[in-house]
Amino acid sequence: MTTQTQTGPDPKTALSSRGGGPRADRSFQVLTLAAGLLVLAVLALILITTTREAWPAFDEMGLRFITENRWDPPSEIYGGLAFIYGTAIVSLIALIFAVPVSLGIALFLTELAPRRLRAPAVTVIDLLAAVPSVVFGLWGVLVVAPKLVPIYNGIHDLLGGIPVIGRVFGEPVGSGRNFMTAGLILAIMITPIITSIAREVFDTVPRGDKDAALALGATRWEMITGAVFPHSFGGLVGAVILGLGRAMGETIAIALIIGSSTQITANVFASGNAMPAVIVSQIGESTGTFTAALIGLGVVLFVMTVIINTVAQAIVRRAEIRMRGAAS
Amino acid sequence: MTTTAEPVTRPPAGAPDLSRRALSLRRRLTNRIFLGLFVVAVFVAVVPLGLVVWSVLSRGGGVISWEFLTADIPNSFRRPGGGVGPAIIGTLLITGMAALMAIPLGVLGAIYLNEYGKQRPLARLIRMMADIMTGVPSIVMGLFIYSTWVLLFETRSGFAGALALACLMLPVIIRSTEEMLRLVPDELRQASLALGARKWRTTVTVVLPAAISGITSGILLAIARAAGETAPIVFVVGITASTNWSLFDGENTALPAQIFRNASQVFEPAQERAWGSALTLIVIVLVFTIIARIIANRFAIKER
Repeated sequence: MTTQTQTGPDPKTALSSRGGGPRADRSFQVLTLAAGLLVLAVLALILITTTREAWPAFDEMGLRFITENRWDPPSEIYGGLAFIYGTAIVSLIALIFAVPVSLGIALFLTELAPRRLRAPAVTVIDLLAAVPSVVFGLWGVLVVAPKLVPIYNGIHDLLGGIPVIGRVFGEPVGSGRNFMTAGLILAIMITPIITSIAREVFDTVPRGDKDAALALGATRWEMITGAVFPHSFGGLVGAVILGLGRAMGETIAIALIIGSSTQITANVFASGNAMPAVIVSQIGESTGTFTAALIGLGVVLFVMTVIINTVAQAIVRRAEIRMRGAAS
Repeated sequence: MTTTAEPVTRPPAGAPDLSRRALSLRRRLTNRIFLGLFVVAVFVAVVPLGLVVWSVLSRGGGVISWEFLTADIPNSFRRPGGGVGPAIIGTLLITGMAALMAIPLGVLGAIYLNEYGKQRPLARLIRMMADIMTGVPSIVMGLFIYSTWVLLFETRSGFAGALALACLMLPVIIRSTEEMLRLVPDELRQASLALGARKWRTTVTVVLPAAISGITSGILLAIARAAGETAPIVFVVGITASTNWSLFDGENTALPAQIFRNASQVFEPAQERAWGSALTLIVIVLVFTIIARIIANRFAIKER
């Protein structure tokens, strides 16, 4: 019983005639794989090339590169502690302001907002994310900073005399370009990212848990603290850490607003500097070891953000998996 | 077995009061206050957005003119007049070049992740690394290009900036495109394969077109973000006062770099140019963002 007639086409070739032979398939797969591997290659190259260029500075300073508080390019001393401190304090201020606001917006969007209010609120957050950071920097340095000086003075007069708190709210710098202003502007810039991740996290809370809490007579707020928060805590931590990662890498706005002075002080109204800001404002006129030291700051920043993002992503993913398990 | 049950004995006080009034004042107040705070949080976000937009419109609006958009950049911060024409051209050229490099690579990478790699260890590693790459600060990307391209060829150029922007866009495009490919129903792939099409042909002619609107919108958002990036541009692209149409030959400039340079000046003409540039940049970014949203809304893949 042969099914093949002499005149008919060979069924094998007939079936494989569309789109070349197996080789076309194979080469397309290799092409896509190469594009995927490019991500790994770029990340590895970033670490290798920047470390190589920064090596003269690392070699000369050793661990003092990140532990010494003296940045003196003319005498070839590069201790970046003040910049690491500046980055940390500005990011901290930004988180203090951005986290409550972001969580509030996310809860408003997921638990409170009527359907017709949801879309405009999301649009506002999206637009906030779309404004380029340099525009926030421009607005911060020319509009916000001068306006805030009287407020800073008021706070200093009010709290400056109290022993410990007084040191945090010390004498404000006259231009208003200081840690506090930089942190506030940064807070606006990281609010969209924290909000969007927090929304995703809140959305994973099972409907049944919320309904159960409400059925037991909880108010809306009690439902949020009793059902939503325990479920989403892990994911929220991840969201905050991702916001921290974004805050640490922000360059231009900080460079314009932070005031560019190398010092470590508890006073949030004093001017300082941060790692990315130092790099962008000094690399233009640097040579030799100075350039190496600036690239070295970039390496430190790169390692810090990679660690922070890895941790945050792991936390968010783990929380998501656990939530999905609870929801089904 | 009585069918006529005795009447249910009701509690003497009637049904328990389940209305809101039965709550204690403290619980009711806490609830009100915190729900109110959520609304406040939204306004706290709206206010700075409004203020930024108002500042840029009011101070940049007066600066914008045909001359501002086309004229060369004055050599002195102090001199009024002139424009930022070279920076607009530079922004469009550099961002366009970056998009040309990042879009094909990003889409191909996403195809690998969703069509071939799926949950294999390598694909999961690439996915994780793409997420980490998204978080790499733009200044570090700039330093990367600086310590490879710029130091290697000993010249700053528009192409170096395009490389840095492409590196920033690549992971964003990969991840957003993958999300969109995942939404394409498997039946489409199976139907195409059953008709005898090769897998690559299925991917290119069936899967990609099905997801094209989402992919396009993700790409446009990535371009909008890249157009506003400043840090890498400032030190790998260099500076020029007159339009440089070449990305490879000679230094170039871009709108974000102009804003950055002028914002820190005390001279009024420089600050005016900064506001004007900011308005121009925001309009460019907004146009991309709005087009992206329209495409995403109009042609969204419906749940099937």
